[in-house]
Amino acid sequence: MASVELTTRTRRVSRTRRGEPAESGGYRPRHRAGRTRERSLGRDAWDELRRNPLFIVSAAVIVLLVLIAAFPGLFTTLDPTRCDLNFSRQAPSAGAWFGYDVQGCDIYARTIYGARASILVGVLTTTAVVLIGGVIGAVAGFVGGWVDATLSRLLEIFFGVPLLLGGILLLAAFPSDTDTPWWLTLTKVVLALSVLGWPAVARIMRSTVLAVKYADYVVAARGLGARMGRILWRHVLPNAVAPVIVYATIALGVFIVAEAVLSYLGIGLQPPIVSWGVDISNATEYVRQSPHLLIFPGAFLSLTVLAFIMLGDAVRDALDPKLR
Amino acid sequence: MGRYVARRLLQMIPVVLGTTFVIYTMVWALPANPFQGKCGTRPCPERYVAAMTEKYNLNDNLLVQYGKYLGSLVQGDFGTTFSGVPVLDELVRTYPVTVRLAFLAIVIQVVIGMAAGVLAALRRGGFADSLVLVSTLAVISIPVFVIGHLMQLTLGINWGIFPVTARGADPSWYSLVMPAMVLASTSLAYVARLMRATLVENLRADYVRTATAKGLPRARVVGVHTVRNSLIPVITFLGVDFGALLGGAIVTEGIFGIGGVGGLIFRSINLQEGAVVTGAVTVLVLIFLLVNLLVDLLYAALDPRIRYG
Repeated sequence: MASVELTTRTRRVSRTRRGEPAESGGYRPRHRAGRTRERSLGRDAWDELRRNPLFIVSAAVIVLLVLIAAFPGLFTTLDPTRCDLNFSRQAPSAGAWFGYDVQGCDIYARTIYGARASILVGVLTTTAVVLIGGVIGAVAGFVGGWVDATLSRLLEIFFGVPLLLGGILLLAAFPSDTDTPWWLTLTKVVLALSVLGWPAVARIMRSTVLAVKYADYVVAARGLGARMGRILWRHVLPNAVAPVIVYATIALGVFIVAEAVLSYLGIGLQPPIVSWGVDISNATEYVRQSPHLLIFPGAFLSLTVLAFIMLGDAVRDALDPKLR
Repeated sequence: MGRYVARRLLQMIPVVLGTTFVIYTMVWALPANPFQGKCGTRPCPERYVAAMTEKYNLNDNLLVQYGKYLGSLVQGDFGTTFSGVPVLDELVRTYPVTVRLAFLAIVIQVVIGMAAGVLAALRRGGFADSLVLVSTLAVISIPVFVIGHLMQLTLGINWGIFPVTARGADPSWYSLVMPAMVLASTSLAYVARLMRATLVENLRADYVRTATAKGLPRARVVGVHTVRNSLIPVITFLGVDFGALLGGAIVTEGIFGIGGVGGLIFRSINLQEGAVVTGAVTVLVLIFLLVNLLVDLLYAALDPRIRYG
C-alpha cells in the first residue's frame, strides 16, 4: 500500500512540473491545448484507478512479488539449493511451512527464490515484444504501400506458428542442458517467446496508426512540415499507449505460463535455475502422493499471473472512455 | 463470394510458403548437427552421415533444400523418417485422433464458454456474474498441465468418472472428453469473458431498446438480436486461438497418453526426426489458415451487413 501512495505523490509532482512551462510560458494555444488534453486523460485514468480495489490489490501483489524477486534473501534465510534427502517429500510442518520436495529441499525457500526466473522471463519477453512489435507495427501502418504489404505478410507468417509449438521448435534447435550458464538458458527462452509473440503487438500498433493516420490533427501536423518521427512520437504513440499497456500486462502473465509449460516439457529453464516452472514440472510425477509439492509453487505462479491479468483489466477499464 | 474465397486462397500462398520455410529452417538449418545421437552413444559413421546428408539434401543451399522439399510435398510425398517409414503414414495414423480431440474441445468451449458468458452478462453485477469472472480468472492463471494432472487425479483416479488415459489407435469419444475439457479450459475462460464483455456492450445498443419497445419477449431480444450480434468477436477469437489449441494438444496428449499429432511432434523433435516435424507442422499451419478463412466467411452468415463481392 505504501508504495502505491508513493507513486501517487511522485506522479502528481511530475505532472505539475510538466504542466508548468505551458502555463508560465506565455500565450501558446496549440502547445497548451495538447498539454491539458494529455493531462486530463492521464489524470482521469489515474483517479479511476486509485478508487478501484482491483487495481490496489493487484498492484500491491505485484510490488510484493517484485520485492521477492529482487531481494529473496529478505524473505528467507535458507539456501534453496541445499537439500537433505532425509527430508524427501515431507509434509508441511511448523519448521518448514511448505514442506520439502523430492530432493529434500525446502519448498518455501525454493518458491521464494523461484520468483526471480519467472518474473524475469515475463518482464523481459514483454519488453522485447512491445519494442519489436511496436516498431514494426508503427512503420507498417505509417509508411503503407509495399512496406506495409511486406511487413504484414511477415506478421501473418509468424502469426501462423502457434506460440508453444514454435517455442518448442526453437528451443529444440538451441538446446540447453544443466551446464549451460543460467543467463544463457534464460535468454534463449526469452528470445524464443519474443520471436513468436511480437505479431500481436504489431497488429495493435498498426491498427492504431491506421486509425489516426488521417485524423485532422495528423494531417495538420503534416501540413506544417512535421516529420514521420515527430508525428509518431507526438500523435500516434499517445493513442497507442492504452491498448498496448493493456495487452502487455495480460501478455506478461501468458508468457510466465508459457515458460512454465516449456519447462514442464523439459526444454525451457533447466534445473540449476530455481524456477516455479521447473519445480511444478518436477512435482507432477508425485502429485498423487504429495500434492503439496505442486500446490505451493503452483499457487505462487497462478497468483502472479492473476495479479497481472487483474492489473490489465483495471487499466483497461480506467483508460476506456466508453465505460465512463 | 466465390471470387472472395479465391482471392483469400491466393493470399494464403505466400503465408503458407513463409511459415513452412520458417519451420523448415528451424528444424534443418538451426541445429548444429541434425544426426546427433542417431547412432547411439558413438558418433555416426561417415558413410551414414554422407548418405543421410545426400538423402535430405543437406549439402545444398537452404533455399534449394527447401525448394526440393516443397517440390516433393506438392506431389504428396512427405518424405521418410530416418528409419525409412513414410511420414505420410505417421500423419494418417495420428491426425484423426487429434482432430476429434480438437473438435470436442471447440464444442466444449462454444457451449460452456458462451453459456457462461451470456449468463454473466444478463446477471451483470450479480452472483452468477462474479462467479463466472472469478472462476475464469482462476482457470486462466493456472498452467494447462497443472489443470490436466489435477483433473486426471480427481475425476479420473479418485472418483473414476472418466477413463484415466485415452490410449490406443482409436480411443472412444467418452475417453476423450476429459482431455478435451483440459485442452479447452484456458480458451473457454477467454470465450466466456469475451462473450460477457461484448454482450454487456451490445445490450445497451439502440436496436435492443427498439426490439424491447416493440414488445418482443426478452428471450428473443437476447437470443436472436443481441447474442447473434455479439458472436463475431467470439468467433474471431476462436479462429485465432485455434493455433494455441493445436499447440496445447502437445501437453494434453502427453498427460493422457493419446497417440495424436501433438505427441508425434514432441517425440519427433526430441528424436530430431526433421522430416516428421516439418510435415506435421506444415499440415497444422494449413489447417489453422483454412479455419481462419472459414471464420471470415462465417461473418457474412452471422451479420447480413457484411457482404463479400
